[in-house]
Amino acid sequence: MDFKIEDVFRGEKKAVAHALNLLEDRRPASLEQNKMLIEKLSNNARPSRHVIGITGPPGVGKSSLMTHIIREYRLRGKTVGVITVDPSSQRSGGALLGDRARIVHDPNDEGIFLRSMAAGSHMGGLAWRTRHCLTVFEAVYDIIIIETVGVGQSETEIDQVAGTVAFIVQPGSGDILQFMKAGIMEIPHVLVVNKADQKALAARARNDLMIARTYSQSALEGWELQLVMTSALEGWGHKELIDVLERHNMFLFEKGILETFRRRKRIEWVIMLFRERFGTFGFEVLGGEEKVRKIIAREDINNPLERLQALEKKVFFYTRST
Amino acid sequence: MTASMNHPKDRPWLMRAYSGYASAKESNLLYRSNLAKGQTGLSIAFDLPTQTSYDSDDILAKGEVGKVGVPVRDHEDMELLFDQIPIENMNTSMTVNASTAWVLALYVAAAQKQGANISKLRGTTQNDIVKEYLSRGTYIFPPKASMRLTSEVISYTVNQIPKWNPINICSYHLQEAGATPVQETAFTLANAMGVLDAVKESGHVKEEDFPNVVGRISFFLNAGIRFIEELCKVRVFSKMWDRICKERYGVSDPKMRRFRYGVQVNSLGLTSQQPENNIARIIYEFLGVVLSKDARARSVQLPAWNEALGLPRKWDQQWSLRLQQIMAFETDLLEYEDIFAGSKVIERKENELEEEARAEIDRIQEMGGIVPVLESGYMKQQLVESNTRKLRQIESGEKVVVGVNQFEEAEPSPLTADTEGSFYMVDDSVEAEQIRILEDFRLRRDKEKVARALDHLREGIEKGKNIVELSIECARSGVTTGEWGKTMREIFGEYRAPTGVSLVAADVSQAGEAGKVNERVRKLNDKLGRNLKILIGKPGLDGHSNGAEQIAVKARDVGMEVVYEGIRLTPEQIAESAMQEGVHIIGLSILSGSHLDLIPEMVKQMKKRGLADIPLVVGGIIPEADMKKMYHAGVKKIYTPKDFNLNDIMNGIVDVVAQANHVEL
Repeated sequence: MDFKIEDVFRGEKKAVAHALNLLEDRRPASLEQNKMLIEKLSNNARPSRHVIGITGPPGVGKSSLMTHIIREYRLRGKTVGVITVDPSSQRSGGALLGDRARIVHDPNDEGIFLRSMAAGSHMGGLAWRTRHCLTVFEAVYDIIIIETVGVGQSETEIDQVAGTVAFIVQPGSGDILQFMKAGIMEIPHVLVVNKADQKALAARARNDLMIARTYSQSALEGWELQLVMTSALEGWGHKELIDVLERHNMFLFEKGILETFRRRKRIEWVIMLFRERFGTFGFEVLGGEEKVRKIIAREDINNPLERLQALEKKVFFYTRST
Repeated sequence: MTASMNHPKDRPWLMRAYSGYASAKESNLLYRSNLAKGQTGLSIAFDLPTQTSYDSDDILAKGEVGKVGVPVRDHEDMELLFDQIPIENMNTSMTVNASTAWVLALYVAAAQKQGANISKLRGTTQNDIVKEYLSRGTYIFPPKASMRLTSEVISYTVNQIPKWNPINICSYHLQEAGATPVQETAFTLANAMGVLDAVKESGHVKEEDFPNVVGRISFFLNAGIRFIEELCKVRVFSKMWDRICKERYGVSDPKMRRFRYGVQVNSLGLTSQQPENNIARIIYEFLGVVLSKDARARSVQLPAWNEALGLPRKWDQQWSLRLQQIMAFETDLLEYEDIFAGSKVIERKENELEEEARAEIDRIQEMGGIVPVLESGYMKQQLVESNTRKLRQIESGEKVVVGVNQFEEAEPSPLTADTEGSFYMVDDSVEAEQIRILEDFRLRRDKEKVARALDHLREGIEKGKNIVELSIECARSGVTTGEWGKTMREIFGEYRAPTGVSLVAADVSQAGEAGKVNERVRKLNDKLGRNLKILIGKPGLDGHSNGAEQIAVKARDVGMEVVYEGIRLTPEQIAESAMQEGVHIIGLSILSGSHLDLIPEMVKQMKKRGLADIPLVVGGIIPEADMKKMYHAGVKKIYTPKDFNLNDIMNGIVDVVAQANHVEL
């Protein structure tokens, strides 16, 4: 490895970048290093970290909202790591990654790190290696924000990696009903009406969102879907938004949901890796997806790559014997 | 017998040359010499720091001072610029947008010092912010705040300087950004409607004066090489504007509804290959805007033949002025009435353009008008797409560009034989000298007065006082451009416009050359272990982002992962992003001529972050003579406007990355 793991833990940006490069490397030769790295990173995850998913359709002003969110967290003394995910062209494999430059921040601030990722052929709203890379962020930063593509039904995966999910809409877009139909409204814990300076429209969006509450799944856990209005233009609502995000984090912690969630997150990660490697065939061999989930859940999952290897052995064993 | 016997000869249009050099003193000499040669108006180019309200010693101004125009930081600079030129008698056109209120304030202050009667001043401030977001890139504030500034300049001049053209709405830059004639017409008229609506809403102009506001709106158009279509375009502009003024704003006086426009003919289409051919292009493009009397330009500026190679010299500009003088004074053009009246062919083409333009305007209105549409990135994306289409046509040869994709064999040109001497070079010592003058000014002025004026500016804006008037007080008190800009940024905030790039549909045809490049990219991806990731951005203050956008879109279409950083970045920001993103290569676009300042700084910032082995490629208007220096500084490849084949550029990038990573393809 051309960096020191201690430098990563210290948040040295060059080392953080190198670690991410390595985790994105798909050459078989890098697998062992990846495994070691993830092991070390997982053992050093910050207990107080808060992973936040930001999602919503294009054009709602996510970038300028991110600018304000980051600024507010920095004012509160928190370090912030950001992952933005953009879709890849299925034909060429190419991608245009975010409007990174539109997230205005001080490049010299050691407490901010931004990385863009292309989704590749991976479905679910994240990139192929987002979960791997997340381990780096979880070991280094207090707040980790993942901004997803925001294109409807593919947004399901954010739920599996972020403790808090905020969904951004623009007033009067009429999108909200579409999202309810698509099932997206089951996911978020916080709804943000951005550009709420357009008063009349904002009121309409508020109504829509009140209805959306009935679709919210978080109610099952005892958290009522929260609604925040923001205006990047007039510069208000961001403090309230951060307050709500922090409150949700506290809620997760106090209810003991956080631990369960983090555990589930790791199980789903292994499931994803397993699916990537063996597809439905693999699940069949081991007795179905639920069975595999149970097998995974039997033991502690500190290193998902290691767990995958254990499962691999099982698959090979059964396929050889049949 | 000629037709001229029944028709009084028309007055010729105003002949301008866009100019402004390194310093106020030098520019002043140039203006005086141009006026002596028969030029009838002044057109002032400001350097980029002035256009974006930074002082010459700001970190963002590094390498840009005096590069594309004159630096004006305070009232003394403006006074020097007009030394021995009576401002009251001048017709002055100023290319300034985001900071119009400030530059106009300096101009008014300088005029007052000369003892001029302010109400007699004549001239134009460009003051068009929409095209800055869409093409030119020197915006500062968010769209809504910008519209307020635009509107306040208008209400100030309508009330105080009635002969002033407070806004010159530009379609020029839209065409440069790729606009088709329909888009050019529609976006520009929608823009004008947005401006007029904003003035109306502000309530700063009396109801009965509103027709005067409409009457003072002028336009700045582009003229491309398809000159018949361009001619129809300007006629459609006139017709549609007349109708909008009448129907939307209830202006009954036809004189107030006249479509008044100036033109600079297309300068981006000029080629660096066989540059002497550009003279023909300039003349044909010129025809489109003067032939039809009913829609003739009120002022024309022609680019210089060698603009694609570097900054033109005085002699090059004189040649372009002579082209106009020959048209106006030697030919019989001005002796006739409109020679297209009654032409069926022209009429048919006009109808077609008008219908499409109207549909597009309706679409923009439906989306809520110009401000929300700007914020959504819709227009920008449309322009990038049109431009992509155009470049693909040139690349495939479907669109002929003589000397570029056809008839490329040529005799060596004696005009460009001596490259060193055939450009205007900005002296390297200019920046240091300008900073010294500025520092000296800061020491001499009354600091308390400055602080008071800035306080007044802040308070006044909050109370809704006119920003130009508040700025005049600042100008007189010795406030500098950078101080005015900083205060305004604090009040209104800064903005980064949507790049439009990520919304552009992918090129679906992976056939032919593009497909082959895509295969090479995929092969390289496997060997690298990660997908080829490239960062594309523009360091410096120049905002002409069309080239960078096209490269970004193309790179995606051949399979690269593109971090598009956009415009106005410091080398430090770019290096920092490159590191965090873990890119394999950095591509920079620099058009303002500041490459020799920016590249060494870029290399320094990369080294500082341990990125010395990340290859750097540069695109832009780079004179031959500078290339060696840039290669020496560590640049791996340089692309100039000569390199129109995007697939070749992509292949070059693949090669450079493969080599830097010791991979064989």
